[in-house]
Amino acid sequence: MAILTILIPVSLLLGGVGLVAFFWALKKGQFDDPQGDASRILTKDYDEKPKS
Amino acid sequence: MALVERITPDTRGDEGPGAPSACPACIAAPSAERLAQMAAPQDARVMLSIPAAHCAACISTVESAMAAVPGVRSARVNLTMKRVSVDADADMEPATLIAALKGVGYEAHELDAGLLSATETDRQGRDLLMRLGVAGFSMMNVMLLSVAVWSGAEDATRDLFHWISGAIALPTVVFAGQPFFKSAWASLRAGRLGMDVPISLALILASGISVFETMNSGHHAYFDAAVMLSFFLLAGRYLDHRTRAVARSAAEELAALEVPRASRLLDGEEKLVPISELAVGDLVRVRPGGRMPVDGVVVEGTSEVDRSLLTGESLPAWAGPDSVVSAGEVNLTGPLILRVTAAGRDSSLHRMADLVAVAEAAKTRYTSLAERAAKLYSPLVHLLSFSAFGFWMWKTGGDLRFAVNISAAVLIITCPCALGLAVPAVVTAASGKLFRKGLLIKHGTALERLAEVDTVVFDKTGTLTLGVPELTNPGEHPRQAAEVAMALAQASGHPLALALVQGAKAAGLHPAMVSDLREVPGYGVEGQWRGRTVRLGRAGWCQAEALPVTATYLCLGEGKPRAFTFADRLRPGAADLVAALQAQGLPVRLISGDTSAAVAAMAGRLGITDWQAEALPAEKAALVADLTAEGRRVLMVGDGLNDTAALAAAHVSISPASALDAARVASDIVLLGQDMAPIADALRISRQATRRIRENFALSAGYNVVAVPLALVGLATPLAAALAMSLSSISVSLNALRLK
Repeated sequence: MAILTILIPVSLLLGGVGLVAFFWALKKGQFDDPQGDASRILTKDYDEKPKS
Repeated sequence: MALVERITPDTRGDEGPGAPSACPACIAAPSAERLAQMAAPQDARVMLSIPAAHCAACISTVESAMAAVPGVRSARVNLTMKRVSVDADADMEPATLIAALKGVGYEAHELDAGLLSATETDRQGRDLLMRLGVAGFSMMNVMLLSVAVWSGAEDATRDLFHWISGAIALPTVVFAGQPFFKSAWASLRAGRLGMDVPISLALILASGISVFETMNSGHHAYFDAAVMLSFFLLAGRYLDHRTRAVARSAAEELAALEVPRASRLLDGEEKLVPISELAVGDLVRVRPGGRMPVDGVVVEGTSEVDRSLLTGESLPAWAGPDSVVSAGEVNLTGPLILRVTAAGRDSSLHRMADLVAVAEAAKTRYTSLAERAAKLYSPLVHLLSFSAFGFWMWKTGGDLRFAVNISAAVLIITCPCALGLAVPAVVTAASGKLFRKGLLIKHGTALERLAEVDTVVFDKTGTLTLGVPELTNPGEHPRQAAEVAMALAQASGHPLALALVQGAKAAGLHPAMVSDLREVPGYGVEGQWRGRTVRLGRAGWCQAEALPVTATYLCLGEGKPRAFTFADRLRPGAADLVAALQAQGLPVRLISGDTSAAVAAMAGRLGITDWQAEALPAEKAALVADLTAEGRRVLMVGDGLNDTAALAAAHVSISPASALDAARVASDIVLLGQDMAPIADALRISRQATRRIRENFALSAGYNVVAVPLALVGLATPLAAALAMSLSSISVSLNALRLK
């Protein structure tokens, strides 16, 4: 059972990382246009080089 | 609409996106703060609504079309909101961008960027999403630990897991539960028992009892239930919020078409002033194409005025010295100087607003299905929980711990997870479907009300028709006469002249050689052709006999004058819509402020037998009120200021995006595209959605019927609660997705 002392903090830490990543994405407006982002990957506009 | 008034981006920080106005039609008159914002323009950010955008190709087409316009720095399409935001030079006219989009086949409307900046960040939505994220994170972690407990963790391990769960769950409930606590507190203070009261009670009781059990190394802790409850309910809240935010941002913020400023003539000097500064007796100049800012009397100039938005008349009226004009009418051909007879509060625009306020007040508040369910549900849940508590106190001889445990279990199990999702999930699915078809549901209960509709009332001008005339008799004239008429018409910007040129072009004609072209404002166009004076214009001016239909007359200096007749162009899908509604067995009526002849012709074309012409705004509202008094549920479709009162009085109302602000605000649903056919879909989808909502209520009630007896007899474990909660939430969401 001693493994729990490692595994539980690890699982919490990983979850926390996910949560922080979610906050970051939210602040950066990644959830503002889900439908548009889904469609944008289908266009060939910036296949060669990214939009500057 | 060529008259897009330029609104410079401003900073309206003090007012939220949907700042409620005391009366919807007041928005028709520009407010004082809006005028104050017309300060010096900076770099412009123009927001355009593009209702037809729906695919990846649309994004590229629109963005590249925008980038091709000189002066545009960057453009980005938001497909979810169906709008494009364009960063451009300060002097960029939205009309230019709208024209460019029209060139690539997209209809666009200007949005008020100042109002939008508030919605774009969408504080409330992000706040909810943040809480949802936190609740989701805790739910997963707590569930991980709970599964271990359920699978048989014992003694110290179980206690440790409970402690860790508590350490995660308690801060989460405090943070994520705030929307519920706040609204429960508000409803308690108002003396009501809303849906949020049992939710808050369950959250607090579940957390409290779990802490107590953990401290006493009890077997059951409900931390997972508390967190799961917050998660599912927040998901419902967020869906609900998003549906509303999307609709509100696009519908209420289509930029105003009304003139916020007028050019006042003072001592021969012309100066642009806000309308609020105008006083009775001032002289005001109105250019061709401009809208009358005030009620007034013409003192100089002759022209024709388009009254369609105010009265529904499709035929332009003549205006010259001593003619009376009202605010909102459009000046068509010549410049006019008006003496102000009524401004601000007293103008006819405001009198119309009062009419709407009366209609709104008379409208009984509609109680939605969700409200009715909550009204039934809240007392029942509290009663059950308390009686369980009382019963077990008596039965066990005062075992407080056991009794509280039971009553908490009852509250948790009955807690309206599914109920909280039942309506938002369906409404989101339905609104999303309708939004893709080009309909915006502005009001939360609009779908439910639409499902109950049994009578449809249409306005004519601008609603069933586009308000754009179309030449009806191009074939009746000799080629030569038609070509002269075409040449004359090309010299004017009058809507009939434009329609004549378009019709002639379509017939493959080329303009004749007419010289000395001269537009006589208010009358028509005059020119020299083969040494003769030729005229195109009003009947009286050409010595012609006026026909009962919209027409312009050509005289060649010899022979009889010829009449070119016009009809208002039918909105695409209008005929199909009327046929579809009649096929569904719904009575369709037409009521218009236009002349009998025009209305009769339109009714005949569409197969509507029940029509009324020359109706005043008050008569339209009265018709709707009479139908309502007969017990009918009326759907009103209209666009003009004269329809506003009727729109407000109807059970549910729809207006096209080209409608006046006041009409759009008064209506529950806005039609974004030109095509009317989606209205028939809306009726079908709304009925289906209401059915799904009822099914969802039945589903969640079904889970309760199974689970509540278990909880009452003390057999409900945290595992059973978790199962009931998640299964019911998932099944109502899936049911909502069945919407076609």
